[in-house]
Amino acid sequence: MLVSLDPELYGIIGLSLQVTLTALFFAALTGIPLGVILALKKFPGRAIIMNVINSLMSAPPVVVGLVVYILLSNQTGLVGDHRLLFTPAAMIIAQFLLALPLMIGLTSTAILNVDKLVKLTSRSLGASPFQVALKVISEARFGLYSAMIVVFGRLLSEVGAVMMVGGNIRYMTRVMTTAIALQKGMGEFQTALALGMILLLMAFLVNGVLEMLRNYGRAS
Amino acid sequence: MDILKIENLTKTYRGKTVLDIPKLNIEAGKITAIIGPSGAGKSTLLALINGIEKPDTGSIIFEDEECSRNRSYSPAAIRRMALVFQKPIMFNASVYDNIAYGLKVRKMDKAVISAKLADAAAFLGLSDLLKQKAITLSGGEAGRVSVARAMIIKPDLLLMDEPTANLDPGNVATIEDMIKKASKEYRTTVIVVTHNMFQAKRLADNIVFMLNGQIVEEGTGSNIFENPLDQRTRAFTTGNMIY
Repeated sequence: MLVSLDPELYGIIGLSLQVTLTALFFAALTGIPLGVILALKKFPGRAIIMNVINSLMSAPPVVVGLVVYILLSNQTGLVGDHRLLFTPAAMIIAQFLLALPLMIGLTSTAILNVDKLVKLTSRSLGASPFQVALKVISEARFGLYSAMIVVFGRLLSEVGAVMMVGGNIRYMTRVMTTAIALQKGMGEFQTALALGMILLLMAFLVNGVLEMLRNYGRAS
Repeated sequence: MDILKIENLTKTYRGKTVLDIPKLNIEAGKITAIIGPSGAGKSTLLALINGIEKPDTGSIIFEDEECSRNRSYSPAAIRRMALVFQKPIMFNASVYDNIAYGLKVRKMDKAVISAKLADAAAFLGLSDLLKQKAITLSGGEAGRVSVARAMIIKPDLLLMDEPTANLDPGNVATIEDMIKKASKEYRTTVIVVTHNMFQAKRLADNIVFMLNGQIVEEGTGSNIFENPLDQRTRAFTTGNMIY
């Protein structure tokens, strides 16, 4: 399939990567700072927030998809006027909402796993609270790379939410997972399996890049 | 002149008073050793002086800055002191970056950092290790890096919690030389917590003996070791203390 240079297939692969990586980017952009704050700052209600985040980490994608669907629907939604439903943007929003609690939770775990003495040593050497936070983040960097890999894997393999808000529309919102589901529904098991293999290959390649980044961080 | 004035200081953990010091003054430019058995409150006292923990009552006045239950040191005051922890934690970076950390957070010029570092590394025998990952160092090397990292910033007050615990005699001697250098050349005030009474005797101008969160006695080495006023001090320094 890959060798035949089928433009539709390449479109599907491209959209899968676009949706997943965009959602991952925004989830990292917001989730990492929030995870750091949650791990380093003590404030009233912190334990409750952590509990909520941990619970949301296992939120079923179809439920997230349903909520986004309702929000974006032009009949019931708060932001229905923007006509985002059944567009890649809707899929990115759903993926972002799925990824965010995971990114916050895994980030705060990575930060909390850093030896407490790193923070104290950094402070005792004259670092400002912001510089202390940067040092702790730097020490947690391998945990953060791992968080990115985990979240990427979860988003790339996600089907329920993107199906619900994207609609699996050919040439528009069809991604690898929804294409596999469709092929299976049509009884095209061979095609579905081949798409599955390509999905695994994509995961392998992107994880390889993230792994290289992680090893580069170790070596430097 | 006193650099540090401690008054009516108490600290309680889970209902147990672990520190109760009515008064303690530390003279500027001198080396003070705090000795005492485990659980005497020595490390807690260092943490309170450094401001990483807050007292329940009383105050610590470091030069013109006060730290108490409701008051913290200013960032400028924090930068005039450094604390070396008993466990020398190494940042996951090169030895160079570890030692340079305190200078980098002060936004010092790279050339100045490089010159200062070459000097400190040569003194501590770390010159060949500067490019090495700090987390791969031996215990002795990590101990020396930890001390170098604190001393290179030339703090007015250097706090050290068992800086030579578990180190071989060679490393102990190097670190002790470094402490003496800081005191003599940079006029750094040093407070060192140690279990090693010989070390206290070798290094310190003043010795403070603590027991159960309280100061039993303070004085010069000869006062504490040869003519102690309190029987508990004599028992501890002669190894006859029953815990």
